[in-house]
Amino acid sequence: MSGSITQAPAPRGLAAALANRIADFGELLISWAVVVGDISLFTLRTMRWMFTRLPRRETLMPNFYQIGVLSLPVVALTGTFIGMVLAVQSYQQFRNLRLETRLGAVINMSLVRELGPVLAATMLAGRVGSAMAAELGTMRVTEQIDALSAMGANPIHYLVVPRFLGCLALIPGLTIMADFMGVVGGAFYSIVVLNIDSHHYWVNSQRFVGSFDLFSGVFKSLAFGAAIALVSCHRGFNCDPGAEGVGRAATEAFVASFVLILVIDLQLGILLDALYYTLWPEGPSFV
Amino acid sequence: MFSLSSRKRKAAAETSPWQGPLVALRDIHVRFGRQPVLREINLEVPRGQTLAIIGESGCGKTVLLKTMIGLVRPNRGQVLYKGQNLTRMSEAELAALRTRFGFVFQQAALFDSMTVAQNVSFPLRQHGYKTPGEIEQIVLARLAEVGLPESVLHRKPAELSGGMRKRVGLARALVMNPEIILYDEPTTGLDPIMSDVINELILRTRQRNPVTSVVVTHDMHTARKVADRVIMLYPLSRLRPDEPQMIFDGTPQQLDACTDSRVRQFIRGEAGERLMELREQASGAF
Repeated sequence: MSGSITQAPAPRGLAAALANRIADFGELLISWAVVVGDISLFTLRTMRWMFTRLPRRETLMPNFYQIGVLSLPVVALTGTFIGMVLAVQSYQQFRNLRLETRLGAVINMSLVRELGPVLAATMLAGRVGSAMAAELGTMRVTEQIDALSAMGANPIHYLVVPRFLGCLALIPGLTIMADFMGVVGGAFYSIVVLNIDSHHYWVNSQRFVGSFDLFSGVFKSLAFGAAIALVSCHRGFNCDPGAEGVGRAATEAFVASFVLILVIDLQLGILLDALYYTLWPEGPSFV
Repeated sequence: MFSLSSRKRKAAAETSPWQGPLVALRDIHVRFGRQPVLREINLEVPRGQTLAIIGESGCGKTVLLKTMIGLVRPNRGQVLYKGQNLTRMSEAELAALRTRFGFVFQQAALFDSMTVAQNVSFPLRQHGYKTPGEIEQIVLARLAEVGLPESVLHRKPAELSGGMRKRVGLARALVMNPEIILYDEPTTGLDPIMSDVINELILRTRQRNPVTSVVVTHDMHTARKVADRVIMLYPLSRLRPDEPQMIFDGTPQQLDACTDSRVRQFIRGEAGERLMELREQASGAF
């Protein structure tokens, strides 16, 4: 009976240690390339199904309800509180400069350009993205995805496309709701609690916040919605077996979606800024 | 010119009755990452036969079954259904072909979010063959065949017992009148009586329809009762590179008379030296 303990021989010398490090780094790069390639193929297959055959109404509606209707209260609540928090945080600085009436401009500009879309997307990633990854992960583990394939249904078409369409179609509405409730919350706190003159609050808001700001926020939200759906569904489809695997897929879906939201936000922010200055080289008018 | 003749061949294959084996596996190799699971599997399943695939856990039985329907793509080899190579088919072609298969999953794999009626009618609705009234009639008939009352129609899978779930899974597999049914461990996790009910259902399904069946099982009672032919797979990790993975292929009677010690040990359910081997492997891993 072999009871001896076997282990890999330890690397000797600096060159061997360096070679091991390089090999580890190479392995990491390869695994990243595999994941990126896999997500790209998953995205392409989803796009192909979107343009060949749309899912049936009875498949779409439950997903739209889950993604849109059930997310609405939490997104509205987040928007309201963020609007009020912005008023609280900005008030003292603006008061020191005797620019309290400009508070509306900074609150509403921050909301429609950045905080509304990013927070609506974050809430969607937390509420819907994790749930999608967990649901599809459970379906993978219990062979329900295999069962779909075995019955001649395409799992991407049946499971991913409705979720993708739901996120893509409904996130602009959720973003506008977050923006609107943020504007209401900020105005309520500024006008009712901080006693800022309502006329000047709204006039300044109107002067500084343009339709391009609203457009840029809603445009970014489309990219956020697409990223959340694809990443979450991909994690669910590639879930490891067992309860731990499903839990990890849900966590990874949220973390990866959140990181992607931030990366996309930065990239689209730069791109939209460049577009704005290309279309209106004189820049925004504050007079 | 080539595509025309290929199309003609395909049309001819669809209209004329197929004389060869319904399913044929040629030189199948499957590996997951660096782990080989199946090696050089050659198997033919004639029409109307009930084949049982036996072997210990982890030997690749379920992988072989899933390879037959294209759920697992082999790294090498061909899977032929009536002479058509599944490994070269597009997703759409494969989806159309799978309507001729029924698959009963180990844990039934019923859709949690759907009722029993929606689960059983899923393949019919998916392929849009029938009107809602016809679908309802077919679902009721299939449920009656597997001994389930109308009262389960609107229940969710979570509200059913293990045996009922398996029977709903069987009803769902039968709903499209498949030419071949693949059963993945149909009696695992059931009490002896319910296991025999499932065995009876497999037999009766075959008596009622001229269906070909492949049953993956490690339940020798099931293998002896339902199968015309039994094959036994052995785990690759315990074989030498030159040994075949399929260590038995014959009738249930030949299985009982087999002198191979590995086959005898399995059909008698004797641990033998296995515990010692497992302990040695475990101690070697540390």
